[in-house]
Amino acid sequence: MVDRPAGSNKPHLELHVPEPKFRPGDQADFSHIDIGEAGAQPRPDEACDAKETLPLCYDLIRVLGEDNKAHGAWDPKLDPETLRQMLQHFATVRAFDERMFRGQRQGKTSFYMKCTGEEATSVSAAMALASDDMVFPSYRQQGVLIARGYPMIEMINQIYSNKADKLKGRQLPIMYSSREHSFFSISGNLATQTPQAVGWAMASAIKNDSRIAATWVGEGSTAEGDFHSACTFATVYNAPVIINVINNQWAISSFSGFAGAERTTFAARALGYGLAGLRVDGNDPLAVYAAERWAANRARANQGPTLIEFFTYRAEGHSTSDDPSGYRSAQEREEWPLGDPINRLKNHLIELGEWDEDRQAAMDKEAAEKVKATTKEAEKNGILGHGLHHPFRTMFQDVYEELPWHLEEQAAQAKREREIKWPGEEPWS
Amino acid sequence: MSDALKTHAREKPVAEQGTERRLNMIEAINDALDIMLERDPDVIIMGEDVGYFGGVFRCTAGLQEKHGKTRVFDTPISECGIIGVAVGMGAYGLRPVPEIQFADYIYPGLDQLISEAARLRYRSACDYIAPMTVRSPFGGGIFGGQTHSQSPEAIFTHVSGLKTVIPSTPYDAKGLLISCIEDNDPVIFFEPKRIYNGPFSGFYDKPVEPWKKHKDSVVPEGHYTIPLGKARHVTEGEELTVLAYGTMVHVAEAVCREKGVEADILDLRTMVPLDIEAIEASVKKTGRCMIVHEATRTSGFGAELSALVQERCFYHLEAPIERVTGFDTPYPHSLEWAYFPGPVRLGEAIDRLLKD
Ligand SMILES: Cc1ncc(C[n+]2csc(CCOP(=O)(O)OP(=O)(O)O)c2C)c(N)n1
Repeated sequence: MVDRPAGSNKPHLELHVPEPKFRPGDQADFSHIDIGEAGAQPRPDEACDAKETLPLCYDLIRVLGEDNKAHGAWDPKLDPETLRQMLQHFATVRAFDERMFRGQRQGKTSFYMKCTGEEATSVSAAMALASDDMVFPSYRQQGVLIARGYPMIEMINQIYSNKADKLKGRQLPIMYSSREHSFFSISGNLATQTPQAVGWAMASAIKNDSRIAATWVGEGSTAEGDFHSACTFATVYNAPVIINVINNQWAISSFSGFAGAERTTFAARALGYGLAGLRVDGNDPLAVYAAERWAANRARANQGPTLIEFFTYRAEGHSTSDDPSGYRSAQEREEWPLGDPINRLKNHLIELGEWDEDRQAAMDKEAAEKVKATTKEAEKNGILGHGLHHPFRTMFQDVYEELPWHLEEQAAQAKREREIKWPGEEPWS
Repeated sequence: MSDALKTHAREKPVAEQGTERRLNMIEAINDALDIMLERDPDVIIMGEDVGYFGGVFRCTAGLQEKHGKTRVFDTPISECGIIGVAVGMGAYGLRPVPEIQFADYIYPGLDQLISEAARLRYRSACDYIAPMTVRSPFGGGIFGGQTHSQSPEAIFTHVSGLKTVIPSTPYDAKGLLISCIEDNDPVIFFEPKRIYNGPFSGFYDKPVEPWKKHKDSVVPEGHYTIPLGKARHVTEGEELTVLAYGTMVHVAEAVCREKGVEADILDLRTMVPLDIEAIEASVKKTGRCMIVHEATRTSGFGAELSALVQERCFYHLEAPIERVTGFDTPYPHSLEWAYFPGPVRLGEAIDRLLKD
């Protein structure tokens, strides 16, 4: 350290280390969050100049009010059938999360991640896209697959890494891939999907296709360089892409302040790049749908990319390996001012006279039963570590299009080892 | 950078006129890219300065003008973005050929290459592939200092799912590059920039030969390929085997000629996939093996080659394997010829190999 003479009257410089407002044991109080009034936010034309979205980068787009009615210019005016469909997807996602979480606790797989409280940010957003728009999800968008009708048994096979897993047991649970459903292979490296989505969208534009791309990234992961590269490329080439930032307040144990949330909003990141930006109540399914549709229309009409911040709350732990009671107030979930997306949609449908508690209870029960039955079905293909996995030889496949000599030699070695360990058994099975 | 590499001309390089078409490496690469843009509408080229200007080394000169701005275009200075975007384009069905301006700047894009491009086929069980060819000038000997001279090939040969290709002649540059672009796996195509304009002998104080005097600068018109995984016999000899690639092929050849040594020189051309058969056959024939590369020594690709030769040819070896490499220091600007594995270093290794 440099020795400085005493008596200097210059101020001591101080480092700021962000600290969340509440820690375990504290009473959570979210009254500092300005949630604005549902329906009060203007809805600019989809073809507007990106600059016109500036106020919407700091405001919060909301449609569903305390009165359970839809308000304002952002009301997507969905018919009751579509709303019930959305509710059904919600019920399925929540039941699925419950069951898979339990499955992990029972040792049927190594890992699971719930999206409790964030269902609208994937289900409602996916419903606003065309079914062949390409999505580049992160790891908490199981709702996209459910909304797109991906067979649930394939999801469970993947989570169990069993012999029916389409990904041949190579990926961590929940890192799905489905080309058929225009769902990109999920990476464990955060934010890498963001420039990839932009690249796909650029390719679509190069080919004069009409499909657009959308990507999801956690607010914590927006600190990665990939996110900033993605924004730069998106704006430079006017790529038909939507960048969805899921601000669920927490990145494992680090609160959003460590990604810069103390100084500005994540939607406001759009401004410096010249992207259109929207900040949206992520627990309001109608607002999520409306914003995603706005951005999709904009992209599809060559009007440019949009960055959407979905302001939400991660109600459960980060994953099955996490215990949030170690770092945040236990009351946060109850105190969260934007409520629960499923309840809000349910209450809206009831308010419309299109739904009731009995039908909701029946729907929840049916969803739970469907997940249970599908789980049983998937278990016939095996659970993690119980021997029913893909044949060993598949380990060496797909590294390259063709098997090179060195992998062929290594595969022969693996085969010999198995013949020694389990003589008489088919070594490749 | 040396004057030899300062190419500020705006025109596309023109091949020598005459009965034989003789190209330098830059022209051969340009020709390969031109042909692939023509043949395959899914091929696109992008990178810093590659569009209007045609790249700092002029490898893409004239291509944007000919094929249009959506086929050949400039990118932001964001290697992570360039590679990440190329992964997405590959997933769409394009065949991007991104250029990283210097191999020294590939590091910001490494995660996208190593964790994403290389493993996409495997992790998605062939749902998606990333068929891209990342072109990048590499290697030293051009007074590029430590940030324009590196040879990072070993980083990529260590990654499952990537292929690594390094040409050493205009003929090979064109044929190999076309193979890479047609390949469905992600390929790193390193262009030894010291030999863009002429086959450098390593005798840096002697005049540099231009390519047009070299037999391998005769480049056929049109489309042809050189298979990945096949080494090239540069010279045939009985005294020792030399395993080399890129610039060092020419250095090894010149040194052996100078010393009057009858060497079996193999230009590996591709590190992954590697032509193990050619290596084995040659070392078993000569019983002596020298491995030459410009990259730093420790954990360099020479270590892998040395291990393979030891494993497969041990009973045929009549002397310890020699590794001739750059030193384990950053590439020093003013002392570049002290760093470069030149005639003295190769010569001493040859003397040790042939001692008895
Ligand atoms: C490049 C990289 N660094 C670190 C991790 C470890 N990691 C996994 S999830 C996570 C937190 C991500 O938080 P956020 O982006 O906010 O998404 P959320 O989990 O809240 O949905 C971290 C640090 C990783 N997977 N990849």
